[in-house]
Amino acid sequence: MSIMEHNGGSVIAMAGKDCVAIASDLRLGAGAMTVAMNFEKIFPVSDRIYLGLTGLATDITTLRDRFRYLVNMFTIKESRTIEPSTFAHLVSSTLYSRRFGPYFTEPVIAGLERTPSGGLKPYIAGADLIGCLNFAEDFIVAGTASDKLFGVAEGLWEPNLGPEDLFETISQTLLNSVDRDAYSGWGAIVYVITPEKVITRTLKGRMD
Amino acid sequence: MECSFALTGKDYVLIAADTTSARSIVKMKVDEDKIKTLSPHLLMAYSGESGDTIQFAEFVERNIRLYQIRNFYPLRPQSAASWIRRSLANSLRSRSPYTVNLLVGGYDSAEKSPHLYWIDYLGTMASVPFAAHGYGSYFALSLLDQYHNPEGSLEDGLDVLRRAINETAQRLIVAPGNYVVKVVDKDGVREVKL
Repeated sequence: MSIMEHNGGSVIAMAGKDCVAIASDLRLGAGAMTVAMNFEKIFPVSDRIYLGLTGLATDITTLRDRFRYLVNMFTIKESRTIEPSTFAHLVSSTLYSRRFGPYFTEPVIAGLERTPSGGLKPYIAGADLIGCLNFAEDFIVAGTASDKLFGVAEGLWEPNLGPEDLFETISQTLLNSVDRDAYSGWGAIVYVITPEKVITRTLKGRMD
Repeated sequence: MECSFALTGKDYVLIAADTTSARSIVKMKVDEDKIKTLSPHLLMAYSGESGDTIQFAEFVERNIRLYQIRNFYPLRPQSAASWIRRSLANSLRSRSPYTVNLLVGGYDSAEKSPHLYWIDYLGTMASVPFAAHGYGSYFALSLLDQYHNPEGSLEDGLDVLRRAINETAQRLIVAPGNYVVKVVDKDGVREVKL
Protein backbone atom coordinates (compact mmCIF):
# COMPACT_ATOMS: atom_id res chain seq x y z
CA MET A 1 0.00 0.00 0.00
CA SER A 2 1.23 3.50 -0.82
CA ILE A 3 2.62 5.59 2.06
CA MET A 4 0.23 8.38 1.14
CA GLU A 5 -2.70 6.05 1.82
CA HIS A 6 -1.50 4.60 5.14
CA ASN A 7 -3.31 7.05 7.41
CA GLY A 8 -6.15 8.07 5.05
CA GLY A 9 -7.96 11.39 4.93
CA SER A 10 -9.10 13.96 2.39
CA VAL A 11 -9.31 17.74 2.03
CA ILE A 12 -11.19 19.99 -0.40
CA ALA A 13 -11.19 23.77 -0.93
CA MET A 14 -13.67 25.77 -3.00
CA ALA A 15 -13.86 29.38 -4.11
CA GLY A 16 -17.06 31.44 -4.01
CA LYS A 17 -18.07 35.09 -4.30
CA ASP A 18 -15.87 37.01 -1.84
CA CYS A 19 -15.45 33.86 0.23
CA VAL A 20 -13.59 30.55 0.27
CA ALA A 21 -14.31 27.29 2.04
CA ILE A 22 -12.03 24.46 3.07
CA ALA A 23 -13.18 21.15 4.50
CA SER A 24 -11.72 17.83 5.61
CA ASP A 25 -12.70 14.55 7.18
CA LEU A 26 -11.57 13.61 10.69
CA ARG A 27 -10.31 10.03 10.34
CA LEU A 28 -6.86 8.86 11.38
CA GLY A 29 -6.13 5.25 10.48
CA ALA A 30 -3.26 2.79 10.63
CA GLY A 31 -3.98 0.81 7.49
CA ALA A 32 -7.52 -0.54 7.66
CA MET A 33 -7.84 0.09 11.42
CA THR A 34 -9.27 3.43 12.57
CA VAL A 35 -7.25 4.93 15.41
CA ALA A 36 -8.87 8.34 15.98
CA MET A 37 -11.98 10.23 14.83
CA ASN A 38 -10.83 13.69 15.83
CA PHE A 39 -7.69 14.12 13.71
CA GLU A 40 -8.04 17.59 12.20
CA LYS A 41 -6.18 18.22 8.98
CA ILE A 42 -6.91 21.94 8.55
CA PHE A 43 -4.92 24.58 10.42
CA PRO A 44 -5.12 28.40 10.55
CA VAL A 45 -2.07 30.17 9.15
CA SER A 46 -3.38 33.69 9.60
CA ASP A 47 -6.80 35.32 10.12
CA ARG A 48 -7.55 34.85 6.44
CA ILE A 49 -5.50 31.82 5.38
CA TYR A 50 -6.17 28.17 6.21
CA LEU A 51 -3.93 25.23 5.27
CA GLY A 52 -5.21 21.71 4.79
CA LEU A 53 -2.78 18.76 4.69
CA THR A 54 -3.41 15.18 3.57
CA GLY A 55 -1.18 12.12 3.39
CA LEU A 56 1.11 10.71 6.09
CA ALA A 57 -0.10 11.93 9.50
CA THR A 58 3.35 12.35 11.05
CA ASP A 59 4.34 14.65 8.17
CA ILE A 60 1.03 16.56 8.53
CA THR A 61 1.91 17.34 12.15
CA THR A 62 5.58 18.09 11.37
CA LEU A 63 4.67 20.43 8.49
CA ARG A 64 2.01 22.19 10.56
CA ASP A 65 4.70 23.00 13.14
CA ARG A 66 7.25 23.92 10.43
CA PHE A 67 4.84 26.33 8.67
CA ARG A 68 3.86 27.86 12.01
CA TYR A 69 7.57 28.59 12.58
CA LEU A 70 8.18 29.88 9.02
CA VAL A 71 5.11 32.14 9.06
CA ASN A 72 6.05 33.51 12.50
CA MET A 73 9.54 34.33 11.19
CA PHE A 74 7.98 36.00 8.13
CA THR A 75 5.69 38.10 10.32
CA ILE A 76 8.56 39.15 12.59
CA LYS A 77 10.94 40.00 9.73
CA GLU A 78 8.43 41.74 7.44
CA SER A 79 6.19 43.28 10.13
CA ARG A 80 3.11 42.30 8.16
CA THR A 81 0.75 39.34 7.77
CA ILE A 82 1.59 36.91 4.98
CA GLU A 83 -0.66 36.84 1.90
CA PRO A 84 -2.11 33.55 0.53
CA SER A 85 -0.13 33.61 -2.72
CA THR A 86 3.12 34.23 -0.84
CA PHE A 87 2.28 31.44 1.60
CA ALA A 88 1.56 29.07 -1.27
CA HIS A 89 5.04 29.71 -2.67
CA LEU A 90 6.48 29.22 0.82
CA VAL A 91 4.77 25.82 0.95
CA SER A 92 6.11 24.98 -2.51
CA SER A 93 9.72 25.80 -1.69
CA THR A 94 9.55 24.02 1.68
CA LEU A 95 8.34 20.84 -0.03
CA TYR A 96 10.85 21.09 -2.91
CA SER A 97 13.70 21.53 -0.42
CA ARG A 98 13.09 17.83 0.34
CA ARG A 99 12.89 16.85 -3.34
CA PHE A 100 14.77 13.55 -2.92
CA GLY A 101 13.34 12.55 0.44
CA PRO A 102 9.96 14.29 0.48
CA TYR A 103 7.33 14.95 3.08
CA PHE A 104 4.46 12.65 2.14
CA THR A 105 1.71 15.25 2.17
CA GLU A 106 -0.39 17.11 -0.41
CA PRO A 107 -1.30 20.57 0.92
CA VAL A 108 -4.39 22.63 0.08
CA ILE A 109 -4.38 26.38 0.75
CA ALA A 110 -7.49 28.57 1.03
CA GLY A 111 -7.61 32.25 1.80
CA LEU A 112 -8.55 35.79 0.90
CA GLU A 113 -5.90 37.77 -0.99
CA ARG A 114 -5.57 41.52 -0.67
CA THR A 115 -5.86 43.27 -4.09
CA PRO A 116 -3.93 46.44 -4.99
CA SER A 117 -7.17 48.41 -4.68
CA GLY A 118 -7.54 47.26 -1.06
CA GLY A 119 -10.30 44.68 -1.56
CA LEU A 120 -10.21 40.94 -0.81
CA LYS A 121 -10.22 38.29 -3.52
CA PRO A 122 -10.76 34.54 -2.96
CA TYR A 123 -7.57 32.46 -3.40
CA ILE A 124 -7.18 28.69 -3.43
CA ALA A 125 -4.16 26.58 -4.37
CA GLY A 126 -2.91 23.04 -4.03
CA ALA A 127 0.44 21.31 -4.35
CA ASP A 128 1.79 17.82 -4.82
CA LEU A 129 4.25 16.26 -2.39
CA ILE A 130 7.26 17.92 -4.04
CA GLY A 131 5.75 21.37 -4.24
CA CYS A 132 4.26 21.69 -7.72
CA LEU A 133 1.59 24.37 -7.28
CA ASN A 134 -1.88 24.23 -8.83
CA PHE A 135 -3.77 27.55 -9.04
CA ALA A 136 -7.29 26.43 -9.89
CA GLU A 137 -10.09 29.00 -9.90
CA ASP A 138 -12.84 26.62 -8.83
CA PHE A 139 -11.76 23.89 -6.39
CA ILE A 140 -8.74 21.98 -5.13
CA VAL A 141 -8.92 18.38 -3.89
CA ALA A 142 -6.42 16.10 -2.15
CA GLY A 143 -6.30 12.84 -0.25
CA THR A 144 -7.45 9.23 -0.57
CA ALA A 145 -10.90 10.32 -1.83
CA SER A 146 -9.49 12.84 -4.34
CA ASP A 147 -10.85 11.02 -7.42
CA LYS A 148 -14.35 11.00 -5.95
CA LEU A 149 -14.00 14.61 -4.79
CA PHE A 150 -13.08 15.66 -8.35
CA GLY A 151 -16.19 14.00 -9.71
CA VAL A 152 -18.71 15.40 -7.23
CA ALA A 153 -17.15 18.87 -7.14
CA GLU A 154 -17.23 19.09 -10.95
CA GLY A 155 -20.93 18.31 -10.80
CA LEU A 156 -21.96 20.56 -7.90
CA TRP A 157 -19.69 23.61 -8.16
CA GLU A 158 -20.75 26.79 -9.90
CA PRO A 159 -19.12 30.21 -9.82
CA ASN A 160 -20.10 33.07 -7.50
CA LEU A 161 -21.65 31.10 -4.66
CA GLY A 162 -22.30 33.08 -1.48
CA PRO A 163 -21.02 31.88 1.91
CA GLU A 164 -24.16 29.91 2.80
CA ASP A 165 -24.49 28.26 -0.62
CA LEU A 166 -20.76 27.55 -0.74
CA PHE A 167 -21.02 25.84 2.64
CA GLU A 168 -23.85 23.60 1.38
CA THR A 169 -21.99 22.79 -1.84
CA ILE A 170 -18.65 21.92 -0.21
CA SER A 171 -20.36 19.92 2.54
CA GLN A 172 -22.34 17.76 0.12
CA THR A 173 -19.27 17.29 -2.06
CA LEU A 174 -17.14 16.12 0.86
CA LEU A 175 -19.75 13.93 2.55
CA ASN A 176 -20.75 12.02 -0.56
CA SER A 177 -17.17 11.56 -1.73
CA VAL A 178 -15.78 10.21 1.58
CA ASP A 179 -18.76 7.83 1.88
CA ARG A 180 -17.35 6.02 -1.14
CA ASP A 181 -13.84 5.89 0.29
CA ALA A 182 -12.88 3.37 2.95
CA TYR A 183 -9.93 5.42 4.24
CA SER A 184 -11.75 8.76 4.69
CA GLY A 185 -14.73 9.77 6.76
CA TRP A 186 -15.63 9.36 10.45
CA GLY A 187 -16.77 12.97 10.70
CA ALA A 188 -16.07 16.18 8.82
CA ILE A 189 -15.24 19.82 9.56
CA VAL A 190 -15.83 22.85 7.30
CA TYR A 191 -14.31 26.34 7.52
CA VAL A 192 -15.96 29.18 5.53
CA ILE A 193 -13.70 32.23 5.30
CA THR A 194 -15.31 35.60 4.61
CA PRO A 195 -13.85 39.13 4.95
CA GLU A 196 -15.64 39.63 8.28
CA LYS A 197 -15.26 36.27 9.98
CA VAL A 198 -14.48 32.56 9.74
CA ILE A 199 -17.36 30.15 10.41
CA THR A 200 -16.42 26.66 11.59
CA ARG A 201 -18.96 23.85 11.42
CA THR A 202 -18.69 20.12 12.09
CA LEU A 203 -20.85 17.91 9.86
CA LYS A 204 -22.94 14.93 10.82
CA GLY A 205 -21.81 12.15 8.53
CA ARG A 206 -21.70 8.36 8.35
CA MET A 207 -19.44 7.05 11.12
CA ASP A 208 -18.08 4.10 9.24
CA MET B 1 2.36 -10.57 20.75
CA GLU B 2 3.07 -7.32 22.57
CA CYS B 3 -0.19 -5.77 23.69
CA SER B 4 -0.86 -2.50 25.42
CA PHE B 5 -4.17 -0.83 26.23
CA ALA B 6 -5.10 2.49 27.77
CA LEU B 7 -8.26 4.43 28.60
CA THR B 8 -9.26 7.68 30.26
CA GLY B 9 -11.95 8.14 32.88
CA LYS B 10 -13.07 10.86 35.26
CA ASP B 11 -9.76 12.44 36.30
CA TYR B 12 -7.56 9.39 35.68
CA VAL B 13 -5.78 7.46 32.95
CA LEU B 14 -5.41 3.67 33.10
CA ILE B 15 -2.61 2.00 31.16
CA ALA B 16 -2.03 -1.75 30.85
CA ALA B 17 0.85 -3.52 29.14
CA ASP B 18 1.68 -7.20 28.90
CA THR B 19 4.69 -8.53 30.82
CA THR B 20 6.09 -11.05 28.35
CA SER B 21 9.56 -10.54 26.94
CA ALA B 22 10.00 -12.98 24.05
CA ARG B 23 12.57 -13.83 21.38
CA SER B 24 11.20 -15.94 18.49
CA ILE B 25 9.37 -18.88 20.11
CA VAL B 26 10.92 -18.48 23.57
CA LYS B 27 9.52 -16.45 26.50
CA MET B 28 12.71 -15.00 28.01
CA LYS B 29 10.97 -13.17 30.86
CA VAL B 30 7.39 -13.19 32.15
CA ASP B 31 7.45 -10.20 34.54
CA GLU B 32 8.82 -7.35 32.40
CA ASP B 33 7.47 -3.88 33.26
CA LYS B 34 6.81 -2.03 29.98
CA ILE B 35 5.28 1.09 31.50
CA LYS B 36 7.70 3.85 32.47
CA THR B 37 6.89 6.65 34.92
CA LEU B 38 8.20 9.77 33.20
CA SER B 39 7.18 12.28 35.86
CA PRO B 40 4.88 12.35 38.93
CA HIS B 41 1.79 12.51 36.70
CA LEU B 42 2.93 10.96 33.43
CA LEU B 43 3.08 7.34 32.25
CA MET B 44 4.36 5.83 29.02
CA ALA B 45 3.78 2.28 27.80
CA TYR B 46 6.17 1.17 25.04
CA SER B 47 6.23 -1.70 22.52
CA GLY B 48 8.01 -2.57 19.29
CA GLU B 49 11.53 -3.62 18.28
CA SER B 50 13.48 -5.12 21.21
CA GLY B 51 16.31 -2.84 22.21
CA ASP B 52 14.90 0.21 20.43
CA THR B 53 12.05 0.19 22.94
CA ILE B 54 14.09 0.38 26.12
CA GLN B 55 16.72 2.70 24.59
CA PHE B 56 14.09 5.18 23.44
CA ALA B 57 12.00 4.86 26.60
CA GLU B 58 14.98 5.60 28.83
CA PHE B 59 16.04 8.48 26.56
CA VAL B 60 12.57 9.99 26.96
CA GLU B 61 12.49 9.30 30.72
CA ARG B 62 15.78 11.08 31.30
CA ASN B 63 14.97 14.08 29.12
CA ILE B 64 11.56 14.60 30.71
CA ARG B 65 13.28 14.43 34.11
CA LEU B 66 15.96 16.88 32.92
CA TYR B 67 13.27 19.41 32.07
CA GLN B 68 11.88 19.05 35.56
CA ILE B 69 15.32 19.49 37.13
CA ARG B 70 16.08 22.60 35.06
CA ASN B 71 12.70 24.26 35.42
CA PHE B 72 11.57 23.10 38.89
CA TYR B 73 8.27 22.13 37.26
CA PRO B 74 7.27 19.00 35.34
CA LEU B 75 6.20 19.16 31.70
CA ARG B 76 2.44 18.98 31.20
CA PRO B 77 1.20 15.78 29.45
CA GLN B 78 0.31 17.70 26.27
CA SER B 79 3.78 19.22 25.99
CA ALA B 80 5.60 16.02 26.93
CA ALA B 81 3.66 14.07 24.29
CA SER B 82 4.52 16.69 21.64
CA TRP B 83 8.20 16.48 22.58
CA ILE B 84 8.13 12.68 22.43
CA ARG B 85 6.37 12.77 19.04
CA ARG B 86 8.92 15.23 17.70
CA SER B 87 11.78 12.94 18.84
CA LEU B 88 10.24 10.03 16.92
CA ALA B 89 9.53 12.17 13.84
CA ASN B 90 13.17 13.31 13.78
CA SER B 91 14.33 9.71 14.25
CA LEU B 92 12.21 8.55 11.29
CA ARG B 93 14.40 10.13 8.61
CA SER B 94 17.70 9.50 10.39
CA ARG B 95 20.23 6.77 9.63
CA SER B 96 18.56 4.23 11.92
CA PRO B 97 15.06 5.05 13.13
CA TYR B 98 13.57 3.84 16.40
CA THR B 99 10.74 1.35 15.86
CA VAL B 100 8.79 2.05 19.04
CA ASN B 101 5.05 2.48 19.57
CA LEU B 102 3.84 4.34 22.63
CA LEU B 103 0.83 5.10 24.78
CA VAL B 104 1.43 8.27 26.78
CA GLY B 105 -1.04 9.00 29.56
CA GLY B 106 -0.97 11.79 32.09
CA TYR B 107 -2.94 14.00 34.42
CA ASP B 108 -2.65 17.76 33.96
CA SER B 109 -2.73 19.19 37.50
CA ALA B 110 -3.26 22.74 36.19
CA GLU B 111 -6.29 22.01 33.99
CA LYS B 112 -7.38 19.09 36.21
CA SER B 113 -7.94 16.82 33.22
CA PRO B 114 -6.63 13.44 32.06
CA HIS B 115 -4.86 13.13 28.68
CA LEU B 116 -4.05 10.07 26.59
CA TYR B 117 -1.96 10.00 23.42
CA TRP B 118 -1.51 7.21 20.87
CA ILE B 119 1.91 7.58 19.23
CA ASP B 120 3.30 5.22 16.62
CA TYR B 121 6.86 4.66 15.36
CA LEU B 122 6.39 7.15 12.49
CA GLY B 123 5.66 9.98 14.90
CA THR B 124 1.90 9.94 14.33
CA MET B 125 0.19 11.36 17.42
CA ALA B 126 -3.53 11.34 18.25
CA SER B 127 -5.24 12.52 21.43
CA VAL B 128 -7.79 9.81 22.18
CA PRO B 129 -10.24 8.67 24.90
CA PHE B 130 -8.86 5.10 24.67
CA ALA B 131 -6.17 3.36 22.66
CA ALA B 132 -4.28 0.14 22.04
CA HIS B 133 -1.13 -1.09 20.29
CA GLY B 134 -0.29 -4.49 18.91
CA TYR B 135 -2.53 -7.35 17.78
CA GLY B 136 -4.65 -6.88 20.90
CA SER B 137 -5.95 -3.64 19.40
CA TYR B 138 -7.99 -5.58 16.83
CA PHE B 139 -10.03 -7.06 19.66
CA ALA B 140 -9.93 -4.28 22.23
CA LEU B 141 -10.87 -1.18 20.23
CA SER B 142 -14.38 -2.26 19.27
CA LEU B 143 -15.09 -3.35 22.85
CA LEU B 144 -13.87 0.02 24.07
CA ASP B 145 -16.04 1.79 21.46
CA GLN B 146 -19.05 0.09 22.98
CA TYR B 147 -18.34 0.03 26.71
CA HIS B 148 -16.02 2.96 27.42
CA ASN B 149 -17.41 5.70 29.66
CA PRO B 150 -15.32 8.90 29.58
CA GLU B 151 -16.84 9.99 32.92
CA GLY B 152 -16.52 6.57 34.52
CA SER B 153 -14.98 5.83 37.90
CA LEU B 154 -11.78 3.84 38.32
CA GLU B 155 -13.86 0.70 38.94
CA ASP B 156 -15.75 1.25 35.66
CA GLY B 157 -12.44 1.70 33.85
CA LEU B 158 -11.00 -1.48 35.35
CA ASP B 159 -14.14 -3.41 34.29
CA VAL B 160 -13.77 -2.28 30.68
CA LEU B 161 -10.04 -3.03 30.75
CA ARG B 162 -10.79 -6.53 32.05
CA ARG B 163 -13.17 -7.06 29.11
CA ALA B 164 -10.50 -6.01 26.62
CA ILE B 165 -7.83 -8.19 28.17
CA ASN B 166 -10.13 -11.23 28.44
CA GLU B 167 -11.23 -10.93 24.83
CA THR B 168 -7.60 -10.75 23.70
CA ALA B 169 -6.76 -13.75 25.91
CA GLN B 170 -9.59 -15.72 24.36
CA ARG B 171 -9.10 -14.86 20.68
CA LEU B 172 -5.42 -14.02 20.08
CA ILE B 173 -3.28 -17.08 19.28
CA VAL B 174 -0.24 -16.06 21.30
CA ALA B 175 -2.06 -14.03 23.91
CA PRO B 176 0.04 -12.67 26.78
CA GLY B 177 -0.70 -14.24 30.17
CA ASN B 178 -0.05 -11.40 32.53
CA TYR B 179 -0.42 -7.60 32.45
CA VAL B 180 0.94 -4.73 34.51
CA VAL B 181 -1.75 -2.08 35.10
CA LYS B 182 -0.93 1.43 36.28
CA VAL B 183 -3.16 4.40 36.96
CA VAL B 184 -2.27 8.12 36.96
CA ASP B 185 -4.52 10.70 38.60
CA LYS B 186 -4.26 13.80 40.77
CA ASP B 187 -2.45 11.78 43.44
CA GLY B 188 0.22 10.55 41.03
CA VAL B 189 1.15 7.14 39.67
CA ARG B 190 0.39 3.77 41.27
CA GLU B 191 0.11 0.17 40.19
CA VAL B 192 -3.30 -1.49 40.53
CA LYS B 193 -4.39 -5.12 40.63
CA LEU B 194 -6.91 -6.11 37.97
